[in-house]
Amino acid sequence: MTEAPILEVRDLAKHYGARLGCTDISFDLWPGEVLAVVGESGSGKTTLLNCLSTRLTADSGSVVYAMRDGSRRDLTTMMEAERRFLMRTDWGFVHQNPADGLRMGVSAGANVGERLMAIGDRHYGRIRDTALDWLSRVEIAADRIDDGPRAFSGGMRQRLQIARNLVTAPRLVFMDEPTGGLDVSVQARLLDLMRSLVRDLGLSVIIVTHDLAVARLLSHRMMVMKDGRVIEEGLTDRVLDDPREPYTQLLVSSIPQA
Amino acid sequence: MNAVTYNFAYLDEQTKRMIRRAILKAIAIPGYQVPFAAREMPMPYGWGTGGVQVTAAVIGPKDVLKVIDQGTDDTTNAVSIRAFFRKVAGVATTTHTAEATVIQTRHRIPEHPLKEGQILVYQVPIPEPLRFLEPRETETRVMHGLEDYGLMHVKLYEDIAHHGRIATAYAYPVKIAGRYVMDPSPIPKFDNPKMTMSPALQLFGAGREKRIYAVPPYTDVKSLDFEDHPFEVQTFSEPCALCGARNVYLDEVVLDDRGGRMFVCSDTDNCESRRDETGAQS
Ligand SMILES: Nc1ncnc2c1ncn2[C@@H]1O[C@H](COP(=O)(O)OP(=O)(O)OP(=O)(O)O)[C@@H](O)[C@H]1O
Ligand SMILES: [Mg+2]
Repeated sequence: MTEAPILEVRDLAKHYGARLGCTDISFDLWPGEVLAVVGESGSGKTTLLNCLSTRLTADSGSVVYAMRDGSRRDLTTMMEAERRFLMRTDWGFVHQNPADGLRMGVSAGANVGERLMAIGDRHYGRIRDTALDWLSRVEIAADRIDDGPRAFSGGMRQRLQIARNLVTAPRLVFMDEPTGGLDVSVQARLLDLMRSLVRDLGLSVIIVTHDLAVARLLSHRMMVMKDGRVIEEGLTDRVLDDPREPYTQLLVSSIPQA
Repeated sequence: MNAVTYNFAYLDEQTKRMIRRAILKAIAIPGYQVPFAAREMPMPYGWGTGGVQVTAAVIGPKDVLKVIDQGTDDTTNAVSIRAFFRKVAGVATTTHTAEATVIQTRHRIPEHPLKEGQILVYQVPIPEPLRFLEPRETETRVMHGLEDYGLMHVKLYEDIAHHGRIATAYAYPVKIAGRYVMDPSPIPKFDNPKMTMSPALQLFGAGREKRIYAVPPYTDVKSLDFEDHPFEVQTFSEPCALCGARNVYLDEVVLDDRGGRMFVCSDTDNCESRRDETGAQS
């Protein structure tokens, strides 16, 4: 491949006071690649995701992002205005709790249309048509467009959150336990949907999960975290079928095999 | 001799200078909300203490003050504020827009066109136009700083989605000089077009929230809208039942308990002047 990575992470570290969040993180993410970050509770997955997406400021290290125009920029030194613009055009962020990623007080249509308005779309009819299109792509009926997320089920809220993020055709999407807290059958449907969207749109994704089945289904590559560090990294099938680190072996053996 | 003595216009000189500095900053950055150390005034917050402090800071002994509340000069609120400044500043007061040099207002802009040299002081309950969708002030401050105003259109979008049109009729958001989005205070959107390129200086005071903002004379004021749902003002099918004026803002007055009603000028001084003129002509 002659393509360059969309994200290059080097020696990233984050502490909360004296407590370690994550440290010594280095990896590349390639265009169209889905990377799963797995590990037990408190291992630093969310901290890492938040540092990468500039929602948190890392203590040290660099995160170089390949912009649409091909230029490479270090996110850790980027100005706030430009970062915000990236966050709502080129990136998506899907939260575990939909209430953290949605505007609960406004309609589904406004939730999907918000990014368009933020980047200057001032045509109501066009915004609404785009919102309708995206609602149908995440399997939300058109007649729910004026309902608020409070009237939606957990699975619908999560699908709405995804639509709201994808409406600007982002290139990189961060997800933090997007299927957590959902019923198994609802999870399965959401995973199917995510898998086809990621494939159809050629998205690059970093997905945090403690569910190895989710990692297996969605990701090409995996990183296993423990105590704030990446202890094992490789192609998903390899890591799950032939884990090298004793900790990963424990993790893999602890999930019931299908 | 009265034992209680006031400094001119009630506030001490140091406080007035502090408020004037905030006003000058507000004029220099049109539409930007400048924090100021609001003082307790001898009246409750809902009575326009922000406007009163701004008026106290700009008024001089030769000024002529008009105070309106919902378009009229004779509500309790307007009468008390006028009486207050007559007492503490000894200034002349008037009900005629053209004669006034300082006009303090709640909920209206006078119908009579304003002119250079006049100051219109608005009483503002809630200065932050973004609060409806973003309650965190740390966040709204950043949004103003980065000119990140998509949320204002989310609010207008919701209006159209639920009502088929932009239903916001009061405190309709405006963009000042192509930069800051501002709440024009709860005036009817009918008055919004009077704000743009006005020869008068427009000052806004929020007492409880301790903010001052301004629109300098001859400044562009644009009401936010969508290309396919452009800004529109209220229209009235009938003229004022008392003076026959058209293209003015009318209030609906209930006449009796059998459903009788009529529409009359909200700006009572303008209405009376018109009736005096026609009376003189006939
Ligand atoms: N805001 C914070 N202040 C202090 N410590 C924090 C904060 N957030 C996280 N930590 C600590 O940092 C470490 C990593 O936390 P993090 O939330 O990244 O873990 P995680 O892998 O996402 O866990 P989970 O699977 O439970 O979500 C933990 O020890 C946690 O207690
Ligand atoms: Mg987490």
